[in-house]
Amino acid sequence: MQDPSSETAPEAMISEAKPSLARAIAGLPVVPVFILVFLLIIPALTADFLAPHDPVTGSIPKRLKPPVFFGGTWEFPLGTDRLGRDILSRIMHGAKVSLSISLVGILLGGVLGTALGLIAGYFRGLADAIIMRLVDITMALPSILLALVLAVSVGPSFQTVIAVVAFVLWALYARQVRGEVLSIRERDFVARARVSGASHFRIIWRHILPNAANTIVVLATLQVGSVILLEAGLSFLGVGIPRPTPAWGLMVADGRQLIVSAWWIAFFPGLAITLTVLALNLLGDWMRDKLDPKLKEL
Amino acid sequence: MKRYLIIRLFQSLLAMLAISMIAFVLSHLSGSPVDAMLPDDAGPEEAERLIRLWGLDRPYHEQYLVFLGNALQGNLGDSIKWSGQTAMGLVLDRLPATLQLGGFAIIVSTIIALPIGVLAAVYKDSPFDSFGKLIALLGQAMPNFWLGIVLIWVFAVTLNWFPTSGRGGLSNMILPAIAMGWFQVAALMRLTRSAMLEVLDSEYVKLARIKGVPEWRVVWVHAFRNAAIVPLTYFGLIAGSIFTGSVVIETVFAWPGTGLLAIDAIRGRDFPVVQAVVLTFAGVFILANLIVDTLYAYLDPRIRYR
Repeated sequence: MQDPSSETAPEAMISEAKPSLARAIAGLPVVPVFILVFLLIIPALTADFLAPHDPVTGSIPKRLKPPVFFGGTWEFPLGTDRLGRDILSRIMHGAKVSLSISLVGILLGGVLGTALGLIAGYFRGLADAIIMRLVDITMALPSILLALVLAVSVGPSFQTVIAVVAFVLWALYARQVRGEVLSIRERDFVARARVSGASHFRIIWRHILPNAANTIVVLATLQVGSVILLEAGLSFLGVGIPRPTPAWGLMVADGRQLIVSAWWIAFFPGLAITLTVLALNLLGDWMRDKLDPKLKEL
Repeated sequence: MKRYLIIRLFQSLLAMLAISMIAFVLSHLSGSPVDAMLPDDAGPEEAERLIRLWGLDRPYHEQYLVFLGNALQGNLGDSIKWSGQTAMGLVLDRLPATLQLGGFAIIVSTIIALPIGVLAAVYKDSPFDSFGKLIALLGQAMPNFWLGIVLIWVFAVTLNWFPTSGRGGLSNMILPAIAMGWFQVAALMRLTRSAMLEVLDSEYVKLARIKGVPEWRVVWVHAFRNAAIVPLTYFGLIAGSIFTGSVVIETVFAWPGTGLLAIDAIRGRDFPVVQAVVLTFAGVFILANLIVDTLYAYLDPRIRYR
């Protein structure tokens, strides 16, 4: 219905005035951006020197202190865990883990998937058939299971989590980019570039990729939230980030047994995940509506 | 139709084959699989037996064929942690519990999601629609393990309405089903809403209205039956993610299913059992997708001629 045909999409981009940076910032949804900046980005960047306590070593005498408005003190605003570590400091450092995992994972999966999607959509034929079968197979393999096997065979680490994230994401990118390329390659400017003697590489790089860029950016934004959820789930199960690194999912796992006596240990990191993912999803939806309304169903 | 089904069946087998290959390769990643497959206190004669059973002294492609042959017969080796039991036997023992909880979660989420999705489309931009959006947004943002823990904290411990964990009657399943299903409810609801919006705008719905068909019949009979096909296609995906979600939820609620088995196996470095769980889950996932595609091809003739 509002689904614009493949022919109208780039025209629409041209006819609409290109949004200036100022206009783009003014149009950003305020609440999600606010949450992201203060819950994810600033803590991630400043945890090393702004976090009030060491995230890894605690002091046993100060263990299980409640948060400030629940009988605690400002020394530990969100309380301490079983080993006397400050929850607030650990959440700040956890933001760093979540942010870096999602950025690196999405970059890796996105570049790989985009490259393969471009090849499949542009060259068609055998390459297309093979790549798309691989996509089907990847999508048929549940991500958590892959992480389980990796965790047993090579042990859980930052790298295995990145590998799982990239593995899950590449197929999504490949499929979406391929679909996009299929329609772009039939357009006039591609034919003209070909007639003027441009190489395949140049056509893909200069003419097709820029036209698929919106899809790629929107997809990346929409995926950050689910990657953070995936990482948290893996860490919670003990197959993601290894202890004692402060990762949000691990912190929830640490507080699980103490949820009755010391609810704050599991509650706050989980709340941090929820708010961050909520904000990212809202931002992703907004980006999609702005840049690429075709991706409605994702 | 037949051609389409044969192609899909072939693709499913191919996917299963690829997954078996991945499981095989990963078992060799850590060096010799003998280390992974045997308990730490196993003697050299046991290692010898395993090497002969799995043909580990032969080239890789032969090893893979042996592995595949054994796997096809349901033989994935003996469990390390639970001695005297085969890996596949353990998985099959635990499977009914997982199917029970997963099935319950799917039914509950469908019963909740479809009406809300339909009503949100009918009363678009009303407070009800916003309420639906809120449920969807929360469902897609809350990590399921945390939701489970919070549910236990509030409803099982503080209010004492439900048991905290374990398998038992219906009351044992309610909290895990909510924790497992909320994300699916969100996805299903959004899909139903957008499908309904599209259908409600169509010519035949307008015609039904002009003919004087009562509004409830227009919505639930004329529109819903045509819109329902969209959520149906995602059912395979939903069944799959409920299944993998069981790994997390069964851990949180100590539900004695395959997911909990997988985590226990990982903690005990019980590689054969992990492999058995992975292959079983992948099989169920692929089967669910195959069934959905078949159903879909029946319901929507356009698919068959793609």
